[in-house]
Amino acid sequence: MPHAPVIHVSSIRKTYGTTIAVDDVSFEVEAGEIFGLIGPNGAGKTTTMECIEGLRAPDRGAISVLGLDPARDVYALQERIGVQLQEAQLQKRIKVREAVDLWASLYRRPLDGDRLIEQLGLGDKRNAWFMTLSGGQKQRLFIALALANDPELVFLDELTTGLDPQARRAIWDLVRGIRLRGKTVFLTTHLMEEAERLCDRVAIIDHGRIVDIGAPAELVHRHCPERTVIVETKDETAPERFRALPHVHSVSDEGGRLTIRGQGTDLVTEAIQCLAEHRIRVIGFRTEIPTLEDVFLRLTGHTIRD
Amino acid sequence: MMRGLWTLTWLELKIFVREPLGVIGTVAVPVAIFAVLGRMLGPAAGSDSRGAPRFASMDLPIFVSLLMVLSALLSLVTIITIYRESGILKRLRATPLRSYTILTAHVLVKLLFTAVTLGLMVMAGRRYYPVAPDVPLLSFTTALLFSTVCILAMGFLIASLVPTARFAQPIASLIVYPMLGISGLFVPVESLPPMLHAAARALPLTYAVSLLRGVWHGAGWSAHLGDVAVLAAMFLAFTGLSARVFRWE
Repeated sequence: MPHAPVIHVSSIRKTYGTTIAVDDVSFEVEAGEIFGLIGPNGAGKTTTMECIEGLRAPDRGAISVLGLDPARDVYALQERIGVQLQEAQLQKRIKVREAVDLWASLYRRPLDGDRLIEQLGLGDKRNAWFMTLSGGQKQRLFIALALANDPELVFLDELTTGLDPQARRAIWDLVRGIRLRGKTVFLTTHLMEEAERLCDRVAIIDHGRIVDIGAPAELVHRHCPERTVIVETKDETAPERFRALPHVHSVSDEGGRLTIRGQGTDLVTEAIQCLAEHRIRVIGFRTEIPTLEDVFLRLTGHTIRD
Repeated sequence: MMRGLWTLTWLELKIFVREPLGVIGTVAVPVAIFAVLGRMLGPAAGSDSRGAPRFASMDLPIFVSLLMVLSALLSLVTIITIYRESGILKRLRATPLRSYTILTAHVLVKLLFTAVTLGLMVMAGRRYYPVAPDVPLLSFTTALLFSTVCILAMGFLIASLVPTARFAQPIASLIVYPMLGISGLFVPVESLPPMLHAAARALPLTYAVSLLRGVWHGAGWSAHLGDVAVLAAMFLAFTGLSARVFRWE
């Protein structure tokens, strides 16, 4: 039997009035991967995700999730997916414990609420009101709610927006934990670092259109092959030695600070071997490798924060 | 069919009680008004109350009941708009909870508080506004809860029209207080100017007043079948219309 993707989106389009939010978007998500839809705010990430969740209906195109049509079978689908919405809130005075119990009571095969609270590190906040939780704790609660029905597929929309770096890292570990339990994760983010560290594959979306899809490293390799090595040395023969390397395009020297530009994954290895071979004494050494951020800039002509 | 209704209702009840101001406004204020006005103007005040307006002497229980209904309405509109604005409604709808289950839970909480307040009102007013033994309390409670349901259905419509939570209270008040003014409690509907008369006829509170007053003063349900029918029809109309125009986010 051919392997069926968990999510199959084909040529969906969604407009609000005269604004085209999503335009001819197609992609597939495989079982067991963390798939990220990345792009700036307003690019169409949330609209796309909410169409897949069955919260909105696309004007055109077809979506299949776990073999179901979300527009038609939203209630059947809800049993099998977990959802965390962007900027969602709960009742100010609902307790953590009560929210988890309510969610558990809504599904046919719920997880044990107490264990879930412990697993998400909310054990000592069990009886705290929602309004008293920190941003990170709220997001952990929302993850707990998204997992309450032991879903096959989990949707996370801008999960770490507004969190400090430490809380963000803790959340990333939780998301990796979800995948380890054999679930598929579909997430959106406008943080390229998050996408790079978390996602197996990403789709870059801008102005409602998918620009490219692939593993983060693969996208970097495809669109931004250039590498830079910066070496500080007093060895005056060094610039010549580096210029002779096959993948080096240019070497600039600013008073012993050499910036070596070139292309391809071999550049860094060549530079290190060159240093060793010619016994060049080095004071400082670092590399600049393009990131998804650079890929985004190259593909769209603007930075993701514009 | 209404999966989660009892869990959610119980939860919303607890959440409501956790905000002391809401409970004071809903329960304590009507009871206090009843006790104070009853003492000054009620039947037990004797000759002092002669010349007091009819709504305060004869119809005080009706007046206070309407305050309960309208405070439930205002509170419902506020809660719904806050829930919508902060994304709570959207979050709840992304679960197997059906939309109408969420709204029904809120209506049930309001009905429960209305019944409790009515009970407290009757007990607190015992000294100053003794409820005559011939007042059919059970019938009156039923009539009050029935009227409350119809008027809360109107709340869903108002909640659809209110743009943001900040406007919920003022806009709802703008509808609620004039509606109370022309409901027939203070001035007979027939003696209103034609425009207001027509408005009163189109609003549910007028029929609620007629029904509640009738039941309190001993007229049977059979004498008010017309009011019941109109209220039921309005309930269906409000619910149907809200189902079409209600915004969840």
